[in-house]
Amino acid sequence: MTTVEPSTAPAQRDRLLRRTLRDPVAVVCLAVLGLVIAGSLAAPLLTSHDPARSVLADTLAPMSGSHPLGGDGVGRDVLARLLYGGRTSLVGGTIAVLVAFAVGAPLGLVSGFYRGWFDAVAGWIVNIIMAVPAIIVMLVVMAAVSQDLNVAMIVLGVIMAPMVFRLIRASVLAVREELYVDAARVAGLGDARIMRRHILPVVIAPSVIQATQVFALAIGIQAGLAFLGLGKASQPSWGAMLNDAFTNVYNEPMLLVWPGLAMGLTILSSSLLGNAVRDALGVAEPVVAKRRRHRAKAAGAPVADLPADRLLTVSGLCVAYGEKTVVDGVDLIVARGEVLGLVGESGSGKSQTAFSVLGLLPDQAEVTADQLSFDGKDLLGLDLADLNALRGRGIGYIPQEPMSNLDPCFRIGFQLAEPMRKHLRLSRTEARTKALELLARVGIADPERVFRSYPHQISGGMAQRVLIAGAVSCDPRLLIADEPTTALDVTVQAEVLDLMRSLQRERGMGMILVTHDFGVVADICDRVAVMQRGRIVEAAPAARIFAGPAHEYTRMLLDSTLEGGPARGPLVTPAEPVKEVTS
Amino acid sequence: MLAFLFRRLAAGAVLVVVVATTTFLLLSLTGTDVARNILGETATQSAVTAKRHELGLDQPLVERYWHWAEHALQGNLGSSWFTGEPVNQSLTDTLPVTLSIVLAGMLVAAVLSVTLGTAAALRGGWVDRVVQFAAVLGTAVPSFLIALVLAVTLAVQLGWLPATGYVALGDSPGDWLRSITLPALSLAVAATAATAMQVRGALIDVLRADFVRTLRARGLTTRSVVFRHALRNAAPPALTVLALQFIGLIGGAVVVEKVFGLPGIGTLANSAAVRGDAPVLLGTVVVTVVIVVAVNLLLDIAYGWLNPKVRIS
Repeated sequence: MTTVEPSTAPAQRDRLLRRTLRDPVAVVCLAVLGLVIAGSLAAPLLTSHDPARSVLADTLAPMSGSHPLGGDGVGRDVLARLLYGGRTSLVGGTIAVLVAFAVGAPLGLVSGFYRGWFDAVAGWIVNIIMAVPAIIVMLVVMAAVSQDLNVAMIVLGVIMAPMVFRLIRASVLAVREELYVDAARVAGLGDARIMRRHILPVVIAPSVIQATQVFALAIGIQAGLAFLGLGKASQPSWGAMLNDAFTNVYNEPMLLVWPGLAMGLTILSSSLLGNAVRDALGVAEPVVAKRRRHRAKAAGAPVADLPADRLLTVSGLCVAYGEKTVVDGVDLIVARGEVLGLVGESGSGKSQTAFSVLGLLPDQAEVTADQLSFDGKDLLGLDLADLNALRGRGIGYIPQEPMSNLDPCFRIGFQLAEPMRKHLRLSRTEARTKALELLARVGIADPERVFRSYPHQISGGMAQRVLIAGAVSCDPRLLIADEPTTALDVTVQAEVLDLMRSLQRERGMGMILVTHDFGVVADICDRVAVMQRGRIVEAAPAARIFAGPAHEYTRMLLDSTLEGGPARGPLVTPAEPVKEVTS
Repeated sequence: MLAFLFRRLAAGAVLVVVVATTTFLLLSLTGTDVARNILGETATQSAVTAKRHELGLDQPLVERYWHWAEHALQGNLGSSWFTGEPVNQSLTDTLPVTLSIVLAGMLVAAVLSVTLGTAAALRGGWVDRVVQFAAVLGTAVPSFLIALVLAVTLAVQLGWLPATGYVALGDSPGDWLRSITLPALSLAVAATAATAMQVRGALIDVLRADFVRTLRARGLTTRSVVFRHALRNAAPPALTVLALQFIGLIGGAVVVEKVFGLPGIGTLANSAAVRGDAPVLLGTVVVTVVIVVAVNLLLDIAYGWLNPKVRIS
């Protein structure tokens, strides 16, 4: 069963319906279902035969005027059984859906809304029901209670109620997390009102999808039971037809086709319809691995007056997502051994700039530049293998959030050793020795223990030290640090900055330090570039920036930092709040 | 981890007891006169009474339940009301058949779902659309309909594989494989479809995770990032779905066995249900639930092995 994300846009229900109907698959499915419904409703008009009446002479009768689809193994009219059998399927499916929702929806609502002991008990019962194969339960029930397929479908509805329960409960939990339910509560709305106003609209679309699935499943299980020979002989059904056809498969294989086709098409239409609704709601598309980095113009002639020790040159860098340009013509230079602070508020494009150097932007990003070169090597137009040879080895990366940047499934030692074994071609033991040295170098008291640990077993500060060790492990010439201290405790921040500064000096690495915090800049940066709305508004040596900022925006950033609070929020009306990769 | 497994084992035991008790009660509440059904319409009333006594049906319900439960705990599930054959014997005969097709189906589903789900997540575009569409079809169509189509086309019409019958693994491994191929494939379709979608979804999520970007920034190859790191992280949720699918597979086996004429547990349960043979039906239900619990326990262990957070705590 695919999980269904609850929609958060209740007002779009009508649009959802229209979008669904624009999907040709959905229209075909609706047509097929309509045809099946019409056929079974109009059964008495379409055939005069009694679907349960056997006529010996009609046994395996060929198709003819009086029997358009022939006779079955015991002389009953196939068309009549097909049409009346449709009734059994549709009624059965509907019963199951109604019962499943009547039982599952209210329980899921209460469980998700109030939690507590009720949720625990309901969850326990649900797990028990879901642990037993439905058809086995149905065998027991039909043996014990009734051979009537409709009664069986009521029971099946109860067995499938957990599917509905889980969906509704999950949706309600998701909505509850949203602040507006709390707000509604504070505003004095009663629980019933909150459920009706805020929760019901959200669960309707996923419920429709779930209903189509329950419907399809129920029809399949009902047919399976009838195929096994359960059910009353007086109740014509597609499953019973399949049973009869299967015993005559060597004499008259065509008998299998009609009920098989009817059942297959009904089930598929129902499922595909649910799928079309889901598509109309919109779901996650995979990110396709395709790199789009190219030169804006023919390679700009290298500017003449540049120092020979330049490590990174960026000129005319633009990053766009569709119509939205987040980096708009950025020029940057980092000299060997120099620390450049890239400063700006959230959404100013500083992280996007840093990631474009590593070629690590999401694939939807359109990256262009006049020049993007590292240590004399043109980064534009590198293939993935060349880029991989450079990442880690030439350019190291320190992320913002320590805990989410280590693979939770692998030991820290392995994660440190893997790039070294690849880039430096170290053996397992060499890599281990070097990893332990690195851990000790970044100030970890017990390297052996951390080497053996999984990420969830160490603290955030330690994890950041591990990530720094990883970034410098292959002796890169440039380090890109993306807000490396933002996620850390204030006490740890200073230590980590000190560590980065000392590593940078010791190894003579160039560094781009992305930050919003002028305190960090003052600590370690040689030069500063201030970004606003995708552009660099001011670039100068750090001392000069602090002494006399030339741009008004820089002044505002400086002022807000000096007042104490980190400058996170937009200071001036942002052109467009752009999501940063790092956030 | 041990405490976790112990809890799961205890929960499994409770599940078996609850299901067995419920089933026992349900089967005891039928209005039909079993002794009369066994002996036929012509039997005398005294013979029916004697039969009822023989089966213990004249005892109070609670006593009958204790009697059954006591024996069941000692591993004796009673005898068939109709044939007198010990239920244990019937189960020993039929279980290998069902386990063969269900476990083979699980294996096929595991391999195919990882392949298809990974392809869909990595390639995107038309590959993704085809896999998604096929998955919708695969989850929707009941396994026995697939079994019917396979049986009629590949077995009956083309004669490539046997249409009916089971050959024990010990008798002839080759024939065993031939006899379970089509049933296992029919069962695997739905599980493959559902699990492939889970693999796809989980992999897409993991590939967007921060640590994947950091691994890329370290210069690791796509092969290492995807197959060593991302797939490993995507495995636990996929495994959870596969565990749920196993329950569906056992249910599907009941009908699929009939299609291929396999003398498995489903066939046993079905004939017992049609006759109203309570001890046999009860025995098959209990064994089914025990298998479900056992497989879930195995998958829990695998889950813990894949997920260090569960293993170390």
